[in-house]
Amino acid sequence: MPPVHRSVVYEWLRHDKKFPHVWCPGCGLGVLLGSLVRTLVNSGLDKNRVVLVSGIGCSGRLPVYVDVGSVHTTHGRALTFATGIKLANPDLTVITVMGDGDATAIGGNHLIHAARRNLDLNAIIVNNLNYGMTGGQYSPTTPMGAKATTARYGHIEPSFDISALSATAGAAFVARSTVYHVTQLDKMLSLMLQKRGFSLVEVLSPCHTNFGRQNKLGSQVDMMKTYKRDAVRQERWEKMSQEEREGRFSIGVLVDRDHPTYLDHYAEVCQRAARLREEAKS
Amino acid sequence: MAKTPVNRARLLQGNEAIALGALAAGCDFFAGYPITPASEITEIMSRELPALGHPFIQMEDEIASIGCCLGASLAGRKAMTATSGPGFSLMQENLGYACIAEIPTVIVNVMRAGPSTGMPTNPGQGDVQQARWGTHGDHPAIVLCPASVGECFEVAVQCFNFAERFRTPVVLLSDEVVAHMREKVTLPAEGQVEVINRPRPLEPPDWYKPYKADGSQIPRLADLGQGYRYHVTGLVHDERGFPTRRADEVEPFYARLFNKISRNFTMLEMVKGVALEDAEILIIAYGCTARSAQAAVRLGRERGLKLGLLQLISLWPFPRRPVEEALAGKKLCLVPELNMGQISREVKRVNNGRTQVHRHSKMDGSMITPEELLARLRVLS
Repeated sequence: MPPVHRSVVYEWLRHDKKFPHVWCPGCGLGVLLGSLVRTLVNSGLDKNRVVLVSGIGCSGRLPVYVDVGSVHTTHGRALTFATGIKLANPDLTVITVMGDGDATAIGGNHLIHAARRNLDLNAIIVNNLNYGMTGGQYSPTTPMGAKATTARYGHIEPSFDISALSATAGAAFVARSTVYHVTQLDKMLSLMLQKRGFSLVEVLSPCHTNFGRQNKLGSQVDMMKTYKRDAVRQERWEKMSQEEREGRFSIGVLVDRDHPTYLDHYAEVCQRAARLREEAKS
Repeated sequence: MAKTPVNRARLLQGNEAIALGALAAGCDFFAGYPITPASEITEIMSRELPALGHPFIQMEDEIASIGCCLGASLAGRKAMTATSGPGFSLMQENLGYACIAEIPTVIVNVMRAGPSTGMPTNPGQGDVQQARWGTHGDHPAIVLCPASVGECFEVAVQCFNFAERFRTPVVLLSDEVVAHMREKVTLPAEGQVEVINRPRPLEPPDWYKPYKADGSQIPRLADLGQGYRYHVTGLVHDERGFPTRRADEVEPFYARLFNKISRNFTMLEMVKGVALEDAEILIIAYGCTARSAQAAVRLGRERGLKLGLLQLISLWPFPRRPVEEALAGKKLCLVPELNMGQISREVKRVNNGRTQVHRHSKMDGSMITPEELLARLRVLS
């Protein structure tokens, strides 16, 4: 992707909203914000035709910084608002930004149905393995055995694999990336925007303030290094044995398939309904 | 050949009339989830909207349904959802969002006997206070309640007009009896319905502040994705829509939220009087109970009792002045309800001890009959 000049990024940010942002120093959300803005600039989209929708949590604060239409909704409900916006005006590019608790716990039902419905929405799920804003409680993606402020003696529930969950539910495009692999992240977001149908990118991002501290993972830099150490490109991952995969995860495009979107089907429904109405009249 | 005049008289069900009223008011978006006794509205919208080329969607639950409506409304559509008690409970979260973010939408709650699953589907009127206070935090509310099939149509139009005019969610509180009742109604001819659309910004995008209001206290709402790049949030926000906790911004925000409704109380007070002129005994009722009360007034007068009825169509804001006027000089007032006294409490508050006000509560899954009301009045008077 061509490099994006700082002045262009500047144009896509809101300056009547006072920076600095609300996130902890070292949080991956700033990296994601940069990546998203660069991707939007490169996409050639008109910023008047882009709408960012978020839920509640650290990730929920992201849209306010971007100079597009932005809706900071209720906890877990970003995809429901996004569905309404897209149906109301299919010409808009609608991007939701959610956290792991936001998208897979309280909003889990909306996530699987949005994926199943295959409406042309874009979903970014920032996975930091815990509820950051409320102080580090366990979420559906907290690994078994990890500590959280509501799992002082170690977490005892198996965790969700967000990407696998969305793929199974029917998403047209699923990719995974991290805030360490910034160039790859830019690329994944770009592919997501280009894809018709429900497209999702899971972005691993460190929460050193809560998850990191409770689990003695060191600073944000140390946590970033674990992404570098453990991430494996999807192409290589597919050739790895079960033992080799232990403790590691894949990044890249996991699912990319074409099936008609909800709006394709709905256009047919409208035609059928109008035709029947005409026939009834004559 | 001369065109035959269209006969607008129709035999309609209450729920059907709500759907037709919504369409006449310009409803062009519907998201819902099945629930008895509201499903007919969703079914009719699923038939009508695609034929007009407008979106209809059945969502995964009621939370999603109202979320979808709010998103669509921000993008410029006139959106409605319909549900009953259990679904209405789920909608409270986003109803609050619509209040604070000032998003017009219409939520139909066809009441059934609750709480929880209660008695599906016997009549109840237990959601009157929930419609007022169901979502957390202090907020204004507009809630309208029809008692006939004709009123279902009119009230549905009115709900949209209030939602658009005041940039706020409006609840249409119907009940199982009114919803499933069939009556002959004469619908207004096309184009004869007064339709109000939200005020949209007049200024260019660069000058637009989504929460800055003029003297009307109602800010103009731009459609998302039409050049006005603004922010919407459930956090308390400043005029630009950005989160704030500054007391000098928070206080005016709340004041405006309430003022935009309270300054228009007169417009929002909707009641109907029956034989009030010479009445000595007053019945105040709403929804299906108002129908029994109408019959009671007729039967009572045949038997020499000077009865009158004040039917409330707007429940919230509570129509204080008409109620006060109707109560003045009456010997006795009876407030029949299918709950333990949710509106009688308001009547007593307004009455302030001047007239004898009694509640007549019933919660056995059946209607209050006219004879039952007359028997109660015989005991009281």
